[in-house]
Amino acid sequence: MIKFHVNGEAVEFNADPDTPLLWVLRDGLGLTGTKFGCGRAQCGACTVHVNGEAELSCSVKVADVAGKRVNTIEGLSASNAVVKAVKSAWLDKDVVQCGYCQPGQVMAAVALLAKNTSPSDAQIDEALEGNLCRCGTYPRIRDAVRAAAATLSGKR
Amino acid sequence: MKIRAKSVSRRAFLKASATMAGGLVIGFWLPGRQRLAHAQGAPKPPANPNAFLRIAKDGSVTVMVKNLEFGQGVTTALPMLVAEELECDWSKVRAELAPAAPEYVHTGFGMQMTGGSMSVGDSWTQLRTVGAQARTMLVSAAAAQWKAKPEACRAEKGFVLGPGGKKASFGSLAEAAAKHPVPEKVSLKGPKRFRLIGKPTRRIDAAERIDAKTVFGMDMKRPNLHTALVAHPPVFGAKVASFDAAKVKAVAGVTHVVQVPNGVAVVAKSFWAAKKGRDVLEIRWDLGPGATLSSDGLRKEYGELARQPGPMARKAADPAAIKAAARTVVAEYEVPFLAHAPMEPLNCTVEFRGESAEIWCGSQFQTVDQAAAAKVLGLAPEKVKLNTLPAGGGFGRRANPASDYVIEACEIAKSVKVPVKTVWTREDDIRGGYYRPMYVHRVEAGLDAKGTIVGWNHAIVGQSIIAGTAFEPFLVKEGIDETSVEGVSDTPYDIPNLAVTLHSPKSPVTSLWWRSVGHSHTAFVMETMIDELAAAAGKDPVEYRRGLLAKHPRVLATLDLAAKKAGWGTPLPKGRARGIAVHESFGSVCAHVAEVSLDKGAVKVHRVVSAFDCGLVVNPMTVEAQVQGAVAFGLSAALHSAITLKDGKVQQSNFHDYTVLRITDMPRVEVHLVPSGADKPTGVGEPATPPIAPAVANALFALTGKRARALPLGKTQWA
Repeated sequence: MIKFHVNGEAVEFNADPDTPLLWVLRDGLGLTGTKFGCGRAQCGACTVHVNGEAELSCSVKVADVAGKRVNTIEGLSASNAVVKAVKSAWLDKDVVQCGYCQPGQVMAAVALLAKNTSPSDAQIDEALEGNLCRCGTYPRIRDAVRAAAATLSGKR
Repeated sequence: MKIRAKSVSRRAFLKASATMAGGLVIGFWLPGRQRLAHAQGAPKPPANPNAFLRIAKDGSVTVMVKNLEFGQGVTTALPMLVAEELECDWSKVRAELAPAAPEYVHTGFGMQMTGGSMSVGDSWTQLRTVGAQARTMLVSAAAAQWKAKPEACRAEKGFVLGPGGKKASFGSLAEAAAKHPVPEKVSLKGPKRFRLIGKPTRRIDAAERIDAKTVFGMDMKRPNLHTALVAHPPVFGAKVASFDAAKVKAVAGVTHVVQVPNGVAVVAKSFWAAKKGRDVLEIRWDLGPGATLSSDGLRKEYGELARQPGPMARKAADPAAIKAAARTVVAEYEVPFLAHAPMEPLNCTVEFRGESAEIWCGSQFQTVDQAAAAKVLGLAPEKVKLNTLPAGGGFGRRANPASDYVIEACEIAKSVKVPVKTVWTREDDIRGGYYRPMYVHRVEAGLDAKGTIVGWNHAIVGQSIIAGTAFEPFLVKEGIDETSVEGVSDTPYDIPNLAVTLHSPKSPVTSLWWRSVGHSHTAFVMETMIDELAAAAGKDPVEYRRGLLAKHPRVLATLDLAAKKAGWGTPLPKGRARGIAVHESFGSVCAHVAEVSLDKGAVKVHRVVSAFDCGLVVNPMTVEAQVQGAVAFGLSAALHSAITLKDGKVQQSNFHDYTVLRITDMPRVEVHLVPSGADKPTGVGEPATPPIAPAVANALFALTGKRARALPLGKTQWA
C-alpha cells in the first residue's frame, strides 16, 4: 500500500508500485489535465509538483511519491498569487494554440515563479527547457512568464 | 495541400427550425453535395439538419465549428465571422466542434476536412451569411412583436433596438425568430464596416485549456473504457507470422490480445497494464522486402534517378537555351523523412454497439474517417457517430486518406466488443510512418554573362503522397503528383526555360502531408538556389530576387517589407549574419529574414523578421501566433529533425533522438502583416513554414561561405 496526497487529498494505491505516477493520476484518479506526451521525460507535458518541485510524472514511479504531496494542474489554487498571476498572464498574452502542452507549461512556470519572482530571460528558458510545444508558443510563453513575474514582484 | 474544387452549385438552401430548448437554429445544406451522398434522385435535406448557430434563451450564442481545432484558432476565427454579421455580444459567444455530418462539408470539396490552410477561407462567406440571416430573423421577430417596420429596427451587441427606445435581447427573441422565414438573400458588410473582423481577438477557448477542462481524445472517459496498444511491424510492410500471448495474459489488467491487420493489439483495463502487456508480447514477423530499406540506399537511388528523364511537370520553351549559358550552377539537395510528432499522440475511442457505433477522436478528415470506420464495422456511415474532439496538434497526421489509426481502433473494438481507446505511444508515433517523404532535388541553372538566368532544369525525386489514395484522380495528372512539385513548377520567379521533371518511386514507407506539404522541401531548394545564383551573379540577394518578381507585386511587396523591417544591409555585430527567403503557398506569401550565429559549431537563430500577406486578416492575434508557430515548426525540421532508416528499421523513437525545437532555441520572431487591401482571407496555418529553412541556410552562407544542401542543417559541419 502506497500512501500519498494528491491535490490535498489522501490517496492509497495498492497495485503495481512501478506504475508511473502519470498513469495513476490519469487512469486511476481521472486527473487527465496531466498529459501523456512521450513517456520518457523528454517533453514536460506530464509536469506536476511533488512537494512543490516540478517533476515529470511519466518518469516518477508511484512508489517514489509515498508520503509526498503531489499537486496537479487541477489542484492549483485559484487564490494563490503565483497561480493567479501565471494564469492571467497566459490569457492576456494569448499563449494557447492547441493547448495540449499548456498544463505542463503552466506547472513549470508556477514552480519557477514560486521560488523566483524576478527570473532573468535565461532562467525562464532554463526552467521551461524541458517543456516541448510543437505549436511553437514559446515566444508568448516567455512574454507571459515575464508579465507574471512583473505582477508578482510589484513591477507592474 | 491544394485540391481543385469540382464545380458545385454554391446556392445554399436553408432550413430553420425551433430547437428543443426553444432557441434559434440555422442550418445549411448544399444540394450539389447531397447528390454525392444520396446518389441519384432529387436532393433531400439531411435527416438531421445540424446547425451552425444556436442562440439560447440566456443570450449565449454557440457556433458549430466544422473544422478540427488543433491549435490554428478556428474556434475563435469562425465564430468571429458569424458574430460580425449577427451583431451579438462577443463575450457570450461559444464554439463547439461539429461531429461528422453532411452539413459541415467543405463548400467546394464535399467532404468535411481541415487542411490546406483553407478553414477561414472556406467559411468566409458561409458563416457571415449565417450571421446575417440570423440577425435578420431576430430583427423580424422584434419588429413583429412591436408592430414596427423591420427597417425601423436594428441589432446591436446582442439586442434588437426599435422605435421609441424599445429593446429586446437576442435570447428573448430566439424562439420567435426561429419561426420567421430564413431570408434567401442577405447583403454582407464591406470591410470598412467590420467591427470584429480584423481586430486582435484572444482565443475564446484558452481558459478551458489552461484550467485543464478541455477533453482531448487522449482524455476520453467512458464507462468500462479499455485501453489498447498495438505492436506494429518493426519494418514497413512486415506481417505477423505468429505470436505468443501467454506472458501477456499473465499481466494484471490485460483483458484481450488480438491480431489486427497491422499488428497485435493488447487490450487492458488501463494504459499501464496494456503497456506492460505489450512489452512481453512475443511476435514472429515476416519482414518482407521492407527489411532491406535504408536512407543511405534511398539517397543513392534517388540521386541516380534525378539524372534520368521522367514525367515533366513543366517544359522549357527552349530546352537548348541552358547549353548556351555563360556559366552553369549545379546542385543536388536532400531532405529526410519527417514525422509530424504532435504533442498529443494518436488515439481513437470507439464504442461498437452492434447496430451502431460512436467514435471520439481529433480528426482532420471526418467524412473519410467516418466512412472508413463504417466499412470496418459493417455499418452504414450514418450509423457511426464521429465526434470531433480538439486535438493536441496534428500538422497533417490526422488527415490521412487511409484513416490508419481510426481503422485500427475500429478493428480492435469490433474484435473485443468492449469500449476501447486505442492509444499510440510516442515511439509508435515516431516509428509509425505516414511521414513527409524523403526527397532529392537536382538543379542545373544557367546564367548569362550578366548573371541573368537563361535556363533551369529541375529534377525532383521522392515518393508520391497522393498515389493510391482517393485523391489521386484530382491531384495526380499524367504521372505528376502536384504536391511533389508545388513551389517549383509554379514559382513566381520569372525564370525562362524552366523544366521540371518528377520521379515518384514507390516505397513501402507510408507517407502523408506535413504542414505545408510539398512547399516544405521545394521552398528550401528554390530559395537557397536563388540565393546561390545571386552570389554567382555578384548581386545582393534581395535585389536579385526583386529583379525576378516584376510580375508578382504581392511577392515583391512581402519581400520588401521583410527586408525593410529587418534592416537589410545594415551592419550586424561580428559573428552574425542575415539570410532572406520568400515563398508563396496556400494563396499567401511569407518572407523571413533570419539572423544567425554559430555557437561552438551549433547554429543559433537569434531573430526572425517576418512579413506576411495572407489577404484580409480576420484575427491578427492568431495570424501572429501562426507565423511564430510555423517558424518554430519549420526550425525544428531545418535544424534538427530527421527520420532515417537502416535495415528497414526507423532509427529514431522519441524526442531524445527525433529532436524538435525547445524554448532555448526559439528566436525572437517579429511579424509584420502586409497591408494588402485584399477583400478575402487566404491561408494562414502553413505558409510561414516553408521559407524559414532557406532563410537560415542563406544566413549561414552569408556567415560562413558554405552552402547547405541537406536538411537538417545540423548535419553540416559549420565550423
